[in-house]
Amino acid sequence: MGIFQKLFGSKEKRLKAEKYKIGMEKTRRGSLSSLKDVLKQSKKIDEALYDKLEEIFIMADIGVDTVVGFVSELRKEVKKQEISSPIALENIIVDKMFELYLKGEIVNTNIRYNEGGLTVLLFVGVNGTGKTTSIGKLAHKLRKEGKSVMMAAGDTFRAGAINQLKIWGERVGCEVVAKSEGADPSAVIFDAIKHAKEAKVDVLLCDTAGRLQNKVNLMKELDKIKRTIEREIGSSHYETYLVVDATTGQNGLSQAKIFQEVTKLSGIVLTKLDGTAKGGIVLAIRNELGIPISFVGLGEKIDDIDYFDIEDYIYGLFADFFE
Amino acid sequence: MAFENLTGRLQMALRRITGKAKLTEVDIEEMMREVRLSLLEADVNFKVVKDFTSEVKELAMGEKILKGLDPGQQVVKIVNDELVKLMGNEAVLVDFRQNGPTVIMMVGLQGAGKTTTAGKLGAYLRKNHQLKPMLIAADIYRPAAIDQLMTVGQKLDIPVFQMGIDVNPRQIVEKGLKHAKEQGYDLIIIDTAGRLHINETLMDELVDIKKISKADEILLTVDAMTGQDAVNVATAFHEALDVTGCILTKLDGDTRGGAALSIRKVTGVPIKFAGTGEKLTEIEVFHPERMASRILGMGDVLSLIEKATEEIDEDEAMSMMEKMMSGKFNFNDLLKQMKMIKRMGAFSGILKMLPGMGALANSGKVDDKQIVYIQAIIQSMTEEERKNPELLERSSSRRNRIARGSGRSTTEVNRLISMLEKQQAMMKKAANFSPEAMEKMAGGAMPSMQNPTAVSKGKGKGKGGFRLK
Ligand SMILES: Nc1nc2c(ncn2[C@@H]2O[C@H](COP(=O)(O)OP(=O)(O)OP(=O)(O)O)[C@@H](O)[C@H]2O)c(=O)[nH]1
Ligand SMILES: [Mg+2]
Repeated sequence: MGIFQKLFGSKEKRLKAEKYKIGMEKTRRGSLSSLKDVLKQSKKIDEALYDKLEEIFIMADIGVDTVVGFVSELRKEVKKQEISSPIALENIIVDKMFELYLKGEIVNTNIRYNEGGLTVLLFVGVNGTGKTTSIGKLAHKLRKEGKSVMMAAGDTFRAGAINQLKIWGERVGCEVVAKSEGADPSAVIFDAIKHAKEAKVDVLLCDTAGRLQNKVNLMKELDKIKRTIEREIGSSHYETYLVVDATTGQNGLSQAKIFQEVTKLSGIVLTKLDGTAKGGIVLAIRNELGIPISFVGLGEKIDDIDYFDIEDYIYGLFADFFE
Repeated sequence: MAFENLTGRLQMALRRITGKAKLTEVDIEEMMREVRLSLLEADVNFKVVKDFTSEVKELAMGEKILKGLDPGQQVVKIVNDELVKLMGNEAVLVDFRQNGPTVIMMVGLQGAGKTTTAGKLGAYLRKNHQLKPMLIAADIYRPAAIDQLMTVGQKLDIPVFQMGIDVNPRQIVEKGLKHAKEQGYDLIIIDTAGRLHINETLMDELVDIKKISKADEILLTVDAMTGQDAVNVATAFHEALDVTGCILTKLDGDTRGGAALSIRKVTGVPIKFAGTGEKLTEIEVFHPERMASRILGMGDVLSLIEKATEEIDEDEAMSMMEKMMSGKFNFNDLLKQMKMIKRMGAFSGILKMLPGMGALANSGKVDDKQIVYIQAIIQSMTEEERKNPELLERSSSRRNRIARGSGRSTTEVNRLISMLEKQQAMMKKAANFSPEAMEKMAGGAMPSMQNPTAVSKGKGKGKGGFRLK
C-alpha cells in the first residue's frame, strides 16, 4: 500500500484536509487539466504525459527548476519500479511530493516557547502579503491555546497600518504597543518587549512594514529590528516568519532568499489559500532553500489560520484523486 | 537556479547558434525551448507561453529571418518584437468625460495596492491633465482601510469622501458621486475593497458599484509578483466587470513581471500604468517595450541590438554601405565609420554586427582605445591622403610623418593601411558574391554580410541601416 492510501484512506483525515481542498478546489475547476484526468486519459507513460505533468506542476507555481528536478525524479522511480500504467503514477507523485518537502528530515515548525518567559514572533514580508492580518489571526489562535499575547505596531510607515493592528488588537482582546507614524520601528519593538516582559505576557507578535527585498535601506532597517530583538530575547525564543501570498510566482524564491539573509527565517506563513492560487512556490522555497512552512492563511476572518500540515497541503494539491 | 541571471539560458543557446550561416528548424526549436523556460521563470502563464512560442516559431522560420545578420540575435529580436506588439501601444490613457466628472473604479485582489495607487493616480492626473480629483472610500471591510485612504488623501491634498464602515459601499458611492458633482470635482476615483475573484457576493457588489457610478474606467490592480494565477484572476474580474485597463504595481521590485503578458494575452485588456515605488509620486505610464525586455530578461542583448539598429543614421549607413561595396572606401569613410561605432558605445561588442568589421573584431586587437589611436592616425593625414589611400602605400616618408604626427608607431600606421586595403578588397567581392560565399571568404570571421538590397530605406520606427528583419 502506498503512502498515499495510508494517508488518505481514513475518513477522519479526509475531513480534516477538506478545509485545504475547499480553498483549492476552484482552481481545478478553472484549470486546464486535472492531474487525475491526465493520468486516466493517458494510455502509457510517455513524453507527452511527462509534459502534461510538468504543465500541472508549473501551473501550481512550483517553479521551473523544482519541477524539472521533480519530474526527473519521477522518471527514475518509474524506471526503477518498472511501472507502465499511468494511474500507478499517483502513488509515486504523492510520495515524491512528500520527499520533496520533508527531505528526509523531521520538520518541526513548533514555536520554541520560552516557558515562563517571553517569546517573540516577528512577521516580515513584501507589501500586502497579509502580515498584519496573520498577526491578528495567530494572536487569537494562541490565546485560545491558553497563551497571553501582545502586539507591537512595528509598521510605522504605511498609512493606517497602526490603526489596522489596533483594530485586530480589539478583536483579539489584547494590548497593542504603538508609537506614532514615522517612529523608529526598532524603538517600538524595544518598548513592546520591555512592556511585555513587565506584564508577563507569553507571546509578543511584532508587525513590520511591508518591504520589497531589493530595497537595501529597508532591509537594513529590518536588520536593526532583528538585532534589537536578539539583544533583548536571545535567539532561542524568537521566531521570524516570512509571510508569502499564495498568488506569488517565482519572486517568492527571491523573497525567501534575501529575507533569510537578513533575518534568519523560522518558517513561512502562506496566506490567501482560500483563493485559486496553490502557493506552490513554497515547495520550491523548501526545496531550494530549506525553509519550511509554518502556518497557512485561509481567509480574512479571525479563525482563518492554521498550522501548516504537509499532508493536508498535498491533499489539497491532489484532492481530485480521492473524489 | 531560478535566481541566476536569466540571460544565461538563452545565451547558451545563442552561443551554439552564432556563427552558423543558417538557422535550421532544430536550432529554432532549441531557441524556443530556452525562450519558453525563460518566460516561465518570469511567471508568464504556461498556456500563454506555449501559444506565444509556437507563434514566434512560425515567424522565425520565415525566409526573411534566415538571411539576416546574426541568427541568434535575430531570434531574440523577433521574440522581443512580438512581446512588445502583444503588450500593446504605449500610453493608452484614461478616457476623460467632457461633460460631468470622469469616474475611475479601482478593483483587484487583497493586497494588490489599490489604495495607494488610487491616490497616486489622482495626483498624477491632476498634474498632467489638470483635473480636480476626489477619492471615495468604499472599502468598509479591511480594518483601517478608510484611515489609510484618508492619510493618502491628506498627504496629496486630495479630498476623500467617506461614510465610515457601517454604510453599504453602494450607498457610499452614490452619495459620494452626488457630493462630487455638487462640489465640482471632475475626476472621481473609487477605492474598493480587495476581494477574491471567486467571492460571488463581493463580485456582485462591484457590478452594482459599476452600474451606480457609470464608471468610465475600471482599473484592475495587479501585483507584479503574481504567478500563474494571474490569468484566473484577470479573467474573472474581466468577465464580471469588463475591465478597461490594468495597473501593475510593485514594479520597483526584482520580479520579472510575466503576469503582465499573461493578462494582456488572455483578456486583451491593456496595461495602462505601472506603480514603481511606495512614494505617492511613483507611478508612470506603462511602457510595453521596457516590460517586454524585463520579462524576457535579456536587457543586455536587446540593448545591443537596439543600439545597432537605431543609433546609426540610416542614410549615413546606406551611403557608407554603397561606398564600401563600390570599393571606393577611403580613410575619410573609415573615420566616419569609427565615429559611428563610437557613438554606439561598447566597441568590440557591436563591431561584430557591422558588415566588414567582423574580421577586425575577431582579430582581438581592436579595443575601444584602439579607436582613439586610429582616429589620431587618420587625423594626422592630409585631406588628399585620406581620399587617396594609394599615396600612403607608395611613400614611406608620408607614413613616417603620420606616425610622428599622431604619436603612434609606423607599424600601427602600416597596419591601418593594410586594414583599409583588406576592407576594400572584401567589399568589392561582397558586391559580386552571395552572402554564403562571403562567409566562406572571411573564414567565418564575418558573422554575415548583408546583401545591400536587404537594407531597407525609410525613416521612422526601427530605422537603422542594419535591420534585422
Ligand atoms: N482572502 C484572504 N485575504 C487575506 C488573507 N490574509 C490577509 N488577507 C487580506 O490581504 C490584505 C492585505 O493584508 P494585510 O494584513 O494588510 O497585509 P500586510 O502584509 O500587513 O500589508 P502591508 O502592511 O501593507 O505590507 C487585506 O485585505 C487582508 O484582509 C487570507 O488568508 N485570505
Ligand atoms: Mg501590514
